[in-house]
Amino acid sequence: MIIWLVLLPFAGGVLAFALARWGRVIGLLTTAGTFAVGLIFSAQIWQNGPQRYLVGGWSVPLGINFFADGLSAVMLLITGGIGTIISLYSISYFAPTARKGEWSENDTFWPLWLFLVGGLNALFLSADVFNVYVTLEVVTLAAIGLAALAGNAAALTASLRYLFAALIGSMAYLMGVALLYASYGLLDFQALQQVVQTDAPTVLALSLMTVGLLLKTALFPLHFWLPPAHSTAPAPVSAALSGLVVKGSFYITLRLWFETFYGQIHFSAGQLLGALGTAAILWGSFQAVRQKRLKLLIAYSTVGQIGYLFLLFPIITATTSRDVVAAWAWSGGLFQAISHALAKTSMFLSAGVLLKAVGTDEIKSMRGIAGHLPLTTFALALAGISLIGLPPSGGFVAKWLMMKAIIGSGQWWWIPVVTLGGLLTAGYVFLMLRYTFLPQEANHPFKPVSPVMQGTAFALAVGAVVIGFRAKELITLLNIGMGFPEVPVLENPGL
Amino acid sequence: MSQYQLYAVGAVLLFCIGLQGIIVCRHLLKKVMAANIMGGGAFLFLISIARRNTIETADPVPHAMVLTGIVIALSASVLALALTRQIHKTTGHTTLEDPTNNRVEK
Repeated sequence: MIIWLVLLPFAGGVLAFALARWGRVIGLLTTAGTFAVGLIFSAQIWQNGPQRYLVGGWSVPLGINFFADGLSAVMLLITGGIGTIISLYSISYFAPTARKGEWSENDTFWPLWLFLVGGLNALFLSADVFNVYVTLEVVTLAAIGLAALAGNAAALTASLRYLFAALIGSMAYLMGVALLYASYGLLDFQALQQVVQTDAPTVLALSLMTVGLLLKTALFPLHFWLPPAHSTAPAPVSAALSGLVVKGSFYITLRLWFETFYGQIHFSAGQLLGALGTAAILWGSFQAVRQKRLKLLIAYSTVGQIGYLFLLFPIITATTSRDVVAAWAWSGGLFQAISHALAKTSMFLSAGVLLKAVGTDEIKSMRGIAGHLPLTTFALALAGISLIGLPPSGGFVAKWLMMKAIIGSGQWWWIPVVTLGGLLTAGYVFLMLRYTFLPQEANHPFKPVSPVMQGTAFALAVGAVVIGFRAKELITLLNIGMGFPEVPVLENPGL
Repeated sequence: MSQYQLYAVGAVLLFCIGLQGIIVCRHLLKKVMAANIMGGGAFLFLISIARRNTIETADPVPHAMVLTGIVIALSASVLALALTRQIHKTTGHTTLEDPTNNRVEK
């Protein structure tokens, strides 16, 4: 069962490469199939708890171990669900191959996209620090290939910059892995948890790994590569990069900090990450308000929203046992990751619709789209609501839990950060929507856009709002295998 | 300082030289080479820890990790070189231009 989550997309990727003409069919079937497997697999975890799987029956250290708990299941579901919708969108977005024997964007997109999905799935299932490195590299290389798809100078430069940043990040991470292995002779997340101590080599190892991962997650001030790379890629790729790829390295950071090294990390280290998160929220949102182009605005919004993810670090590091405050922070942070993934993919897909309709993504050119593309305008607004954190959206549940955790932990200094971040977010969401209701300029004809593209972007925005109603189930699933207590606040979902 | 510790120190030095190269060098080919030096440092460090416990035979696991790492480093270098060539073709430059005036896809 578990193996198909990895095998299926990789096999699909190879097939889509060999049979480029069938790429779109293979792509859609593979992502939908992977999602279906992910659903069944999550149901198993829901019923039977965490699962371990030895690939090929080989035990450690010769073989590769897969391990899945509730956190992995949620990440797999998000990747599968959003992946399927992006596939549907991409079928309409990329024009089919024009002539035989010629590689178009469409032909290159599908194999790389399936490799990206496969890499992410493998990442969320890997049980040890080294395999996580390998899968993260698969994800990064596929992502950079996709980011360069447009082929113009801006996209190529942005991708290469992304590649160099990613290389520094992965080498720092690998160095950390080597230091850990030198001290303990172990690589498994859970096996390491039993033996790690806070001596100098271990602290250095964790620091190197964390810096490497933060570079790949684009936490301020290591975010410099993200806005150009995410804004110059084709819309479905931008959506996948912002929604899914940055969550991959974030997931590893979570595993390291709150599984392997839980209880060992100094208070000040958590505060430092929280401070960087704060800087990211303020700087990213501030830059987003200043942008003139929609895709750059959305990309800077990603920089800001990533900051929220790191507010859970100071709170959980300050706890000594997995108490209810830690549980609030954990579910709040993860809920932020999920609702951001949905809202951000929806926004980038909507930006793609706009690009097709108007031919440019300048925010000024959005005049009159409320009347012409009501579904897309609605999608942008709904996704915006979730990003701001208005009830009853997923973003609201995330911020609500985060606030509960902040107050419960007594670290009051994060409260103005969350509030101010919400205000700035509201600022750029309204800036974005302002032009949509202004009357259209006469000399600006709209091109027709496929209803599938509009519909998929809308579906994701609706998803970002309605997960607020299914918060309880999601949080219970997230908690399987992590040992946090039940979160009592969500007896009345939505408020 | 034992022979293996000396190797480890050398590997860390290589790692730092490579890191500095990626950041400081402007020519893209030099950046790619620096990335490879940095990777080489990490790999040599892994090799040096294989004999950490003065056991009879070296630990094979770090060697397996290095082999995997080399494959990844190779693919990353190839991708970097391909992008470099394409950038040279489209812009005529061999450096990362200032990305302030980004043009979004048509």
